[in-house]
Amino acid sequence: MISANLSAIFYLISGVLFILALRGLSSPETSRQGNFFGILGMIIAVTVTFLSMGNFSSGFVYVLIFILVGGSIGAFIAYRIPMTAMPELVAGFHSLVGLAAVFVAIAAFLNPEAFNLGNPGKIKLGSLIEMSIGAAVGAITFSGSIIAFLKLQGIMSGSPITFKGQHPLNAIILISIIILIYLLCSTQSSNLFWILLSVSFLIGFLLIIPIGGADMPVVISMLNSYSGWAAAGIGFTLENTALIITGALVGSSGAILSYIMCKGMNRSFFNVILGGFGATDEKSDTSSKEQRPVKSGNADDAAFLMKNASSVIIVPGYGMAVAQAQHALREMVDTLKKNDIKVSYAIHPVAGRMPGHMNVLLAEANVPYDEVFELEEINNDFANADVAFVIGANDVTNPVAKTDPQSPIYGMPVLDVEKCKSVLFVKRSLSPGYAGIDNDLFYKENTLMLFADAKKMTEDITKNL
Amino acid sequence: MEIDPLIFRLSIFILSIFVGYYVVWSVTPSLHTPLMSVTNAISSVIIVGAIIAGLSGNSDNVFNTSSIFGFLAIALAAINIFGGFLVTQRMLAMYKKKKKDKK
Repeated sequence: MISANLSAIFYLISGVLFILALRGLSSPETSRQGNFFGILGMIIAVTVTFLSMGNFSSGFVYVLIFILVGGSIGAFIAYRIPMTAMPELVAGFHSLVGLAAVFVAIAAFLNPEAFNLGNPGKIKLGSLIEMSIGAAVGAITFSGSIIAFLKLQGIMSGSPITFKGQHPLNAIILISIIILIYLLCSTQSSNLFWILLSVSFLIGFLLIIPIGGADMPVVISMLNSYSGWAAAGIGFTLENTALIITGALVGSSGAILSYIMCKGMNRSFFNVILGGFGATDEKSDTSSKEQRPVKSGNADDAAFLMKNASSVIIVPGYGMAVAQAQHALREMVDTLKKNDIKVSYAIHPVAGRMPGHMNVLLAEANVPYDEVFELEEINNDFANADVAFVIGANDVTNPVAKTDPQSPIYGMPVLDVEKCKSVLFVKRSLSPGYAGIDNDLFYKENTLMLFADAKKMTEDITKNL
Repeated sequence: MEIDPLIFRLSIFILSIFVGYYVVWSVTPSLHTPLMSVTNAISSVIIVGAIIAGLSGNSDNVFNTSSIFGFLAIALAAINIFGGFLVTQRMLAMYKKKKKDKK
């Protein structure tokens, strides 16, 4: 058994190691070392907890068994999951953090003596406030992440689910959560605690259902942030520095990512959260602009264009992930490079279903990360490039965002694909993207549409090169 | 008058938010997915609370309602810890620089 002061110092050390873990991610070279720091911090935190309990009775064996069971499941998932399923995986993991926070809060509420928080029915006021906030945020994280997971997995439709009175209902529930926490703290009633949990589960569910598939990068980042705040709430209850530091880190990390994602779409956070994007604009648009001429081609034409180019920029999007085309794409690029054609990749901040989604897929396909560029880094290069190869992206290339103030995506930063000498656009059909608007790029004179599955088309082009 | 320890914890919390803010802004955008998976793993340090709850029973009676919730939370957090760190490692191993000897 070690003293409370000593264990507090070790918790602080593990908190610092977690900071270093995030710090390592500032560049791919230091990132692996950062991950190691994270693992070390976790080992220290868990070991110190065991030592400070000093209770190596039969309960200890069960703790190890449960760690082993959970750990094997986690390791199994981590090795088996395909990289394209990363958004679902992260959403699923968020839900587990949320649920774990809820369970710890329940355990602390039922048996406060174990945590030095007082007796059942007489829990210290401060601890009870922290506990109920942690539990409520944890519950919201859990049910919200479950919905996000179902939408990403395709089990639930990715289109926004809206109904009349949705926003007033959510507002009432949120206010009732605050009132419930107040009442719970003044009465210590366990019934109120259970009601608080159920209502929080409900609001998490209601908050996410109106948000559509392509807004998932914001949702996942937001839930990431929530899982951090839930951990911090529990950290205050347990008076544990490692948890407080980690919760604050994760909370601000998720908040920054949501901010970056919102900026990538030129939409305010509330606009995304209130949801229903696309559903409102659809009617007006499909009727007006119809039947404009497009040029379409086949793999042969595309190969010809690229063979005669000296530089090609590739613009990947969610469609590439769906078609699992990243490896085929890489093979095509290898062939291009053999012909001394300069190839780079342009990634829009909200391409894909989570922050950095495209980068991971390209890395998986062995694309070196110094060939992959962010929007600001590469946008000026389009004017000098010969061919832009758009594969699975749509709204993020739409020049309407720069020209038409009436458009719902006006002001959103887009890749200046239309400035290229020629544009190859791989797409299944002319259907509009997530924003529900037509892409002007389809009808430009220098655009050649390649109507096919992304993977098949890329393979065919490689054959023709 | 003595300062409530809560104030110290609050100070740590607020300062950590600022540390997080600056550290996360320096994360390169191409590593945003590993950032999410690693934050997932570290937020599962909530397992320390779960362990305390799990060990709250006495030797005659390991399982009470509170400790059962603790054990469940241990399993959930462990999935996240192992899954989160390992999948991050797997992703980071894929980020490679351009090979110098070009074919």
